[in-house]
Amino acid sequence: MSLHSCICIKNEWDIVGARQMGREIARVMGFCTVDQARIATAISELARNIFLYAEEGKIYFEIIHQHNRKGLRMIAIDTGPGIDDISKVMEDGYTTSGGLGAGLPGVKRIMDEFELISEVGKGTKVTVVKWLR
Amino acid sequence: MRIPILKLNNYLLVSIQIEMDDQAAINFQADLLEEIHQSGSAGVVIDLTSVEIIDSFIAKVLGDVVTMSNLMGAKVVLTGIQPAVAMTLMDLGIRLNNVSTALDLEKGLMKLHQELGG
Repeated sequence: MSLHSCICIKNEWDIVGARQMGREIARVMGFCTVDQARIATAISELARNIFLYAEEGKIYFEIIHQHNRKGLRMIAIDTGPGIDDISKVMEDGYTTSGGLGAGLPGVKRIMDEFELISEVGKGTKVTVVKWLR
Repeated sequence: MRIPILKLNNYLLVSIQIEMDDQAAINFQADLLEEIHQSGSAGVVIDLTSVEIIDSFIAKVLGDVVTMSNLMGAKVVLTGIQPAVAMTLMDLGIRLNNVSTALDLEKGLMKLHQELGG
């Protein structure tokens, strides 16, 4: 089985829509309640970053299979200003928006795989994976 | 979408039962402070039993509203945080230090009662 879904992030309400969608996909896939909460929270953080810094972007959901295991891959893409210093945004407590600065390092901790690619002036792509245990 | 704030004797009770978007969270912050001011309540219980996710933004809004209420002279207790929510907050690196909590609404009210001396 493979599944692809995508949700556009343009306003605050889309953040809620994205995390509800992710949670539902996670629930149907059989993730436990805690992992459902982790997945929904990660989406919320990624969607909010898009909304705050890039104004507009997309989050893709994909069910993936690898070596007899199944996982949920989520890709957050925007064409916003990009990130100048990636090591800085991965520091706990670093924020330019007055938030808690828990966003990206937090997402990395609650997901199994995390990749951040960004180019100044072009945009940012964050790919995360959670494997079904 | 407004979150209802109920008055019970000298306390305010809030049960968050909607999926909060950012604006709803900010409105709630302002509404609660206004209600504390209007009613002169000494204590507030915010019940989070129905809240399935708390991300860093909502955590900040909740932490801030506790601090702001304390500044005004009202004590806030957060109750009913679900196991999955507590685990995710911890993993995110959010501690909510200096925030008073209790297992459920009943224990939250007892806590206020003890700390505020009835």
